[in-house]
Amino acid sequence: MADLVLTDVAKSYGSVNVLKHIDLDISKGELIVFVGPSGCGKSTLLRMIAGLEKITGGELQIDGMVVNDVPPSERGIAMVFQSYALYPHMTVRENMQFALKIARMPKAEIDERVEKAARILQLHNLLDRLPKALSGGQRQRVAIGRSIVRDPKVYLFDEPLSNLDAALRVATRIEIAQLKEAMPDSTMIYVTHDQVEAMTLASRIVVLAGGGIAQVGSPLELYERPENEFVAQFIGSPAMNLLAGEITATGDRTTIAVEGGGTAVSGVPSLAGDMGKKVNIGIRPEDFVETAEGAEHIFSGRVNITEALGEVTLLYFEPKGGDDPVIGKLQGIHKGLRGQTVRLSADPAKVHVFHDTQSLLYRDRPVKRITTKAH
Amino acid sequence: MNPALQGLLTIAIGVGACVGYFYFANQILDKVIFPARGPNAGRNINRANHIRPWLFLFPAIFALGLYLAYPVVETLRLSLSDREQGGAFVGLDNYSQMMSEPKFWEAMRNNMLWLIVVPAMSTAFGLLAAQLTDRIGWGNIAKSLIFMPMAISFVGAGVIWKLVYETRPDDIAQIGVLNAILAGLGGAPQTWLTIPFWNNFFLMIVLVWIQTGFAMVILSAALRGIPEETVEAAIVDGANPFQIFFKIKVPQIMPTIVVVWTTITLTVLKIFDIVFAMTNGQWETQVLANYMYDKLFRAGDWGVGSAAAIIIMLLVSPILVWNVHNARKEMR
Repeated sequence: MADLVLTDVAKSYGSVNVLKHIDLDISKGELIVFVGPSGCGKSTLLRMIAGLEKITGGELQIDGMVVNDVPPSERGIAMVFQSYALYPHMTVRENMQFALKIARMPKAEIDERVEKAARILQLHNLLDRLPKALSGGQRQRVAIGRSIVRDPKVYLFDEPLSNLDAALRVATRIEIAQLKEAMPDSTMIYVTHDQVEAMTLASRIVVLAGGGIAQVGSPLELYERPENEFVAQFIGSPAMNLLAGEITATGDRTTIAVEGGGTAVSGVPSLAGDMGKKVNIGIRPEDFVETAEGAEHIFSGRVNITEALGEVTLLYFEPKGGDDPVIGKLQGIHKGLRGQTVRLSADPAKVHVFHDTQSLLYRDRPVKRITTKAH
Repeated sequence: MNPALQGLLTIAIGVGACVGYFYFANQILDKVIFPARGPNAGRNINRANHIRPWLFLFPAIFALGLYLAYPVVETLRLSLSDREQGGAFVGLDNYSQMMSEPKFWEAMRNNMLWLIVVPAMSTAFGLLAAQLTDRIGWGNIAKSLIFMPMAISFVGAGVIWKLVYETRPDDIAQIGVLNAILAGLGGAPQTWLTIPFWNNFFLMIVLVWIQTGFAMVILSAALRGIPEETVEAAIVDGANPFQIFFKIKVPQIMPTIVVVWTTITLTVLKIFDIVFAMTNGQWETQVLANYMYDKLFRAGDWGVGSAAAIIIMLLVSPILVWNVHNARKEMR
């Protein structure tokens, strides 16, 4: 039922375009996460769906009805705000009743709905407390409860966990995931700048950057087959390494001569016409493996800093020129590698090839040039 | 000497004397009375530290005692003595005499009317002005205009409004705005300030006119302090602008409204200047402070005058305590 369709949606403040050409189909039961660097417009897009910001171009449909000019309360949405936005002068119960009372719902039904939400969120003992007497996590649950009682078609979450401390954030994240499982028919849109939240919660992630959509896909799709350098570097931590090079052999596999001496073989197919093209190869730190001297390598360099995290060790190589340092992530503890020259290679399936910032895998799609840096 | 120089000199001497007092008093305490040396150095330091706060508080305590506490005590004493008998103690005679005067009860009734009408209307208009001027481009200009009467003294405001209510004989052009409008509409000019009972309200309007600006400024700041997200949440919840105002915004600034209300109440209880300048308590517009002034300085009856002053103080005190309590609570 709750299909959400955005067609060429745009937002501008005067002559400043904040968002443009946003096309998105969201189907019922999905949990969509908007993720992107700060200032990419993800919260603005959510607020446009909520109706708190005016849509200045394009069309927004909910359930097949254009709602561009429909007030927020009639769109069938409910929103959970970053700072919870509980009404401080009302008890938890009154907070949850407010929207229903405004809608003049019969008292028995209001009580029933509040009861149900309190049961789902374990708010029973807190119903008669004021928000100031609640902890951050409890306030967040009340904010979610306030949405649930309205039984909306679409739930909107605006960075709901960013005001919680780290431990509580993990716990609440899991609660939200369970909540979604308990309400499989509800559609949820969730805004965050935290890619862990995005990866763990989303059925699909929408990466926003530079006022547009950089890529839409399932978390693993974004991780394994990023469409462009921005998404490649935005998803995953530490960010994917990009190394400049030139294509020297084409076909089902592509061979690239990497600047600085190495040779990379990628599982990405290329066309004969790609021969000699300047490209960037992308390899995630965790996909690097150490190779012996004499064997074929993609990258070699002197290790500047090591960070032993226990199960893995991060190797920061000496930066060449002004570039970001290449980072490798090796299993186990390798503290002794500091100051050593290390040679790295990778499985061809894990080597991404970007030409003109776009992955060769997606050569048929229109190029999205994103000028913002991922980190 | 040039008056400006004289002023500067006065300031220099005044501030210098203050600084000198604190500096030298402190020096004498530390160096002469309880020197931090010798066999009792530690004990001396402790003693000096016990005395120091009182040393520093002394000027303020002295000034407040002389100009606040002493007059209260003296007024209380005077209210219990009689002029005719050369200041002999007469118990509550002055009070019972006052209670038997209809003019006192008229003042009492009028004060209560003021007490209900002025704070309510000032706060309501102030809140309305604060909300309406919040989101518009020329809101700040409107606010300045509404706030401006605050800069006028009560007597000045009384004179201005006396002109508004001014009455001229029927056959001459009316210079009072109210009568001019009435005449323009074909009505006969009224002597507004002599219409019993209603003239009280004509006087109250003057104070409302002054206090609305005060209420608006404080409430405007409070309204801006409301988290925007709670308003947005209410919009998403389907509340209309009236519901947002009365159910979300007003309850959140209720503590401030109470403080504004009680602060205006205190001003109202002491109201004197406006009545004094406009009707002087005639035509049944008497209020307590003006009644006190009449007794004390016109009739020269300091016994009954002081009794009236004590009554005013008794009325003000509980509200003052409550006001301070609320203001502190809000600060926390």
